[in-house]
Amino acid sequence: MTAVAYVVAVWLLLIGLYGAVTSRHLVHLVVCLTVAQSSTYVLLLAVGYRDGADAPIFADIPVGSPVVDPIVQALTLTDVVVEATVVALLLALTVQARKRFGTVDPDGIRELHG
Amino acid sequence: MALVPLTVAIPLLAAGALAAVKPLSPRRSAQIASIAAAAAVAAVSGVLLARAGGETLVYWFGGWEPRGHVAVGISFLVDPVSAGLVCFAAVLTVAALVFALRYVDVADDLFYVLMLVFLAGMTGFSLAGDLFTAFVFFELMGISAYALAGYNVEQRAPIEGSLNFAVTNTAGSFLLLFGIGLLYGRAGALNLAQLGEALAPESADGLVIVAFVLIAAGFLVKAAAVPFHFWLADAYAVARTPVCILLAAVMSELGLYGLARVYWAVFSGSLGPSHEELRIVLVALGVLTALVGAAMTLLQGHLKRLLAFATMAYVGLMLVGVGLLEAEALAGAAVFVVGDGFLKAALFVCVGIVQHRTGDVDEADLHGAGRPMRWTGLVLVVATAAVCSLPPFGAFLGKSMIEHGASAVDYGWLVALYVAVPALVGAALLRAAARVFLGVGTRAPGGRDPGAEPEEPESEPESRTPVSMFATAVALLACGLAIGLWPGLSGDAVAAAHRFIDRAGYAAVGLGGAGATDVREGHFSSYTPAAHDYLLAALTMAGAAGLAWLSLFRDPRRLPGGRVLQRPLHTLRRLHSGHVGDYLAWLAAGTAVFGGCCALALGT
Repeated sequence: MTAVAYVVAVWLLLIGLYGAVTSRHLVHLVVCLTVAQSSTYVLLLAVGYRDGADAPIFADIPVGSPVVDPIVQALTLTDVVVEATVVALLLALTVQARKRFGTVDPDGIRELHG
Repeated sequence: MALVPLTVAIPLLAAGALAAVKPLSPRRSAQIASIAAAAAVAAVSGVLLARAGGETLVYWFGGWEPRGHVAVGISFLVDPVSAGLVCFAAVLTVAALVFALRYVDVADDLFYVLMLVFLAGMTGFSLAGDLFTAFVFFELMGISAYALAGYNVEQRAPIEGSLNFAVTNTAGSFLLLFGIGLLYGRAGALNLAQLGEALAPESADGLVIVAFVLIAAGFLVKAAAVPFHFWLADAYAVARTPVCILLAAVMSELGLYGLARVYWAVFSGSLGPSHEELRIVLVALGVLTALVGAAMTLLQGHLKRLLAFATMAYVGLMLVGVGLLEAEALAGAAVFVVGDGFLKAALFVCVGIVQHRTGDVDEADLHGAGRPMRWTGLVLVVATAAVCSLPPFGAFLGKSMIEHGASAVDYGWLVALYVAVPALVGAALLRAAARVFLGVGTRAPGGRDPGAEPEEPESEPESRTPVSMFATAVALLACGLAIGLWPGLSGDAVAAAHRFIDRAGYAAVGLGGAGATDVREGHFSSYTPAAHDYLLAALTMAGAAGLAWLSLFRDPRRLPGGRVLQRPLHTLRRLHSGHVGDYLAWLAAGTAVFGGCCALALGT
């Protein structure tokens, strides 16, 4: 089971980057980046996963019973928050790009070069 | 000890307070409050720097200290290198904010809030004792930098520059986080000291190498090494000058700091046996970055873009210093970062003054327009000579130390790089200065496209240079001079570098024990530049002046070799296409090639 999770993580990273490289629309590009980003969620959660273990909340299970790693879950949550900020900023820039350039195609946004 | 968290708390609290009272407070009070907050960080980190000279300080948040070599809590680790970087960043933030007093005609005070958050991100990243805290502050630094680069949303160029910057760096941070996840899966720890202890006993296997490659690539995107550098010129050319100061002088260098810190604290144990092969990879990357940056600098007419590529060329030189994986070269790189950083900031300020006075930054449009600003021109030329290693400025000392360290590990040929790259960069700067401030030589080709959107001045052109701006330029130049004249700085830097690369000592301190090795300041004699260092400096400056003269008065196509070089330079220029998809493709390909080289070097 876990091998599948790692393969999925790598695949998400690569397919997300591929989508971003070939993107013709800035919103599509931002969504592709979130796809690539979700690879890190899958990776982190897979790292902390244990077969047959409970959620790491010891209120209703005896202390010492096997649980999944809570640290990676905390990392994933933090990561979600960080990335939400980045996506918000990128989408705000996309709105501005539409206003100033009249397009959201990266091919049409070519003020800077050389 | 209680001072340590203040370095992050002061700017964050001040930023929050400024954002909260924004509708009420007049502009002037926001300016004063933000300058005071940055100055307070500079003072606190100065005290910490003085204390860290004796022993490394570790602060555990909430008192969650490690037990039995397992660290669950979050720590800030203060050694001379991290404290020095925080102090440097804070001083430059003060300079940037003072410069901005008369410069930024922003509609609201969020600019100051963002600058303070940016400072907090840089501070936290420098001091973080574990990988995930470092990542969070790295992202905080990145996000505020994207917002600051694109602050001027009424114009087209800043939006494009900020988009390229944000997308490329975000992709880089995915690689970084992926690497951190792999490392956590292997060692079950995030604390740098604990990770180093867990990895040290075994030699590196595939997973550790992949994790190293991903983490290094993430940091190299921020440092803008070839081929991860494409975003840099777009972002730095469009950002406002106060922002450029921080981006060019601190943020790029923090990427290198991240790489150095993670290599020595975490990987040096398991990758150590093949460090000579890794040295080849890192030095090659640095040489390539320096050469591409220098070539691109010569081709630029837009003064800020010119300085952006100059930044990249110098980051390449610093990467060589770090990549030599040797204490004295690392100490030299640290001195070089600070010494060159102040000078680069002074150069950006001079260009900012020109932009403020004339509303333009293109060499062709400005031909002779700088004649009334002769004092600014003088500062610019002195700073240019200083980055071309004019003794006794800080850049000269750092460069000489790196060269000395390089010859100790049989890389003495790097001296040629440290002459050629500053000479090329200096030539481009002198050429631009001669055209703008004296109006001599042939007119620069190009200039603004007739069809392009007119570049709005960042503020109304003024007929006089504001005192606060000129004073900032002179003060930054003086700081660059002070770094070179500071008695005993090079000896302290070498001591700090020895402590920095001592993984066992770092692990002992970072996990709550006392330092194992006794590497104290004062035990290392200062590096005194020898006669050949002065000779090389003279050669560099002569080369810069000669090349500048050639490019002013001769047609480059008529020069010997000019025709041969024209095509590759044209191709190189075309590669900087401004297309974000291209940049991401380069990033992916660069990571793959860098990974392949690392695998070849390390996987034996």
